[in-house]
Amino acid sequence: MTNEQKVSFEEAMNKLEQIVDKLEEGDVPLEEAIAFYKEGMELSKLCHNKLKSVEEQLTQIITEDGSKQNFAIEEEE
Amino acid sequence: MQEKKYLTVLALTKYIKRKFDADPHLQDVHVRGEISNFKQHSSGHMYFTLKDEKARILAVMFSSQSRTMKFSPENGMKVVVKGDISVYEPSGQYQIYIKEMQPDGIGELFLAYEQLRKRLEAEGLFSVEHKKTIPSYPKTVGVITSPTGAAIRDVITTIKRRYPIANILVLPALVQGGNAASSIARAIEKANTLDGIDVLIVGRGGGSIEELWAFNEELVARAIHQSEVPIISAVGHETDFTIADFVADMRAPTPTAAAELAVPHIDELMERLLQRKTRMLQSMNGRYRFEKQRLDRVQKSYAFRYPHRLYEQKLEQVDKLTEMLVRGASRLTDVKKSQHETIHNRLMRNHPRVALREAESRFVRSQKDIGRAMEQILLKKQTEFKRIISTLQALSPLKIMERGYSLVYSEENQLIKSIKQVKENEPLQIQLTDGSLLCNVQNIKESENRDE
Repeated sequence: MTNEQKVSFEEAMNKLEQIVDKLEEGDVPLEEAIAFYKEGMELSKLCHNKLKSVEEQLTQIITEDGSKQNFAIEEEE
Repeated sequence: MQEKKYLTVLALTKYIKRKFDADPHLQDVHVRGEISNFKQHSSGHMYFTLKDEKARILAVMFSSQSRTMKFSPENGMKVVVKGDISVYEPSGQYQIYIKEMQPDGIGELFLAYEQLRKRLEAEGLFSVEHKKTIPSYPKTVGVITSPTGAAIRDVITTIKRRYPIANILVLPALVQGGNAASSIARAIEKANTLDGIDVLIVGRGGGSIEELWAFNEELVARAIHQSEVPIISAVGHETDFTIADFVADMRAPTPTAAAELAVPHIDELMERLLQRKTRMLQSMNGRYRFEKQRLDRVQKSYAFRYPHRLYEQKLEQVDKLTEMLVRGASRLTDVKKSQHETIHNRLMRNHPRVALREAESRFVRSQKDIGRAMEQILLKKQTEFKRIISTLQALSPLKIMERGYSLVYSEENQLIKSIKQVKENEPLQIQLTDGSLLCNVQNIKESENRDE
């Protein structure tokens, strides 16, 4: 799982889908199938982690001078 | 007549012009008519004829006045105008100098909207091939709208609810009023200079056509068209479509809807992930069971249970084959033996023994014959010989010598038959039957009666 930082969620999902398709087709040699399965489980875990690690992301606003500031919704009165 | 004063054309024209300009009824007149012979100079000034069924008047609208107009005049367009009537001295023509112009009947904004829509559509700004794909899992969503108001709140709450792992970057913009279009366009350009914005939501809450007008302006349409970042338009729901909706890569009816289109729902993703995991597990399980069964089948197979059966059969086969080999070999030997016998018999039948025996007997016979013949010849020759011998004996000089005759030989051992052969004192050898006499000739006497 060293490549966790490099793979985007989208890539990981697509890869996972491809692996599932391949495994379901069933004509993969067993050793490869096991390798695919391992990779698939890792990808699945990776995706899961990415989705779960909800360190509440930031909402920022670009100010007049072009810098970013945290943004909070102003409740309308 | 002579004293008559002649006016210059210019003086006359100036006089007429002054008349026009002084008449309050010719100032700020409102006229309704149809545009024809429309020409727009590169300077932006417009020249055309305003006409109805029965009359026409030349019309001029300077760019300083036309610039604020939202729509573009066209031939055949019915308009209401406000302007002053004056004279253009170089051509001596009176014309209306228009200060304001509006489409007759339909609203100005609606006309402008239709015109821009048609123009941009013809240019291909709405075509499907320009539409960029909205990314499935954006990391950062840019929001261009007013930082205050319902729209931004709706977008942020929707995104946080659905996909809390996305960053939201608000690019504040005026969404209403004269500066709104340029403000929105600038924000879009700004968003394109920033790194990491995956999708942009451009919009505002609902409002009247005037309030939403910025989203119908060419400036905004061009900015959306040129944006590298995919844009979801989200202009409130009171009108059907804004120009921005047509140009945007995706159109949402409200800001909330735009936020829903921009990000996936995390629960759905979790569900999908789980589904894929399950599918993967199932297919692996299936695969495992299948391979296990295959292995079991193989292990339970006859060959594995009774391995000795494998070679027993082979042994049997070897035995059978050996037997067949032996039988075959002996049969072959028999065949060859009988063949040999036949040939041998034939050979024996043709053995040269008989011929040999025949030849032998023939030989013996011949030998006997020859012996017999020889004996006969011998006998005959013996008899003949005896006869000849006896004859010879009868004629033998020795016999004669026995009767007293002798033979005289010379020194050279030549038989002396005449006295002429010898001389006196010559040695002679006289042969008698019982020996020889060596003598010398003492005297030679010739016989007298020799011829008897």
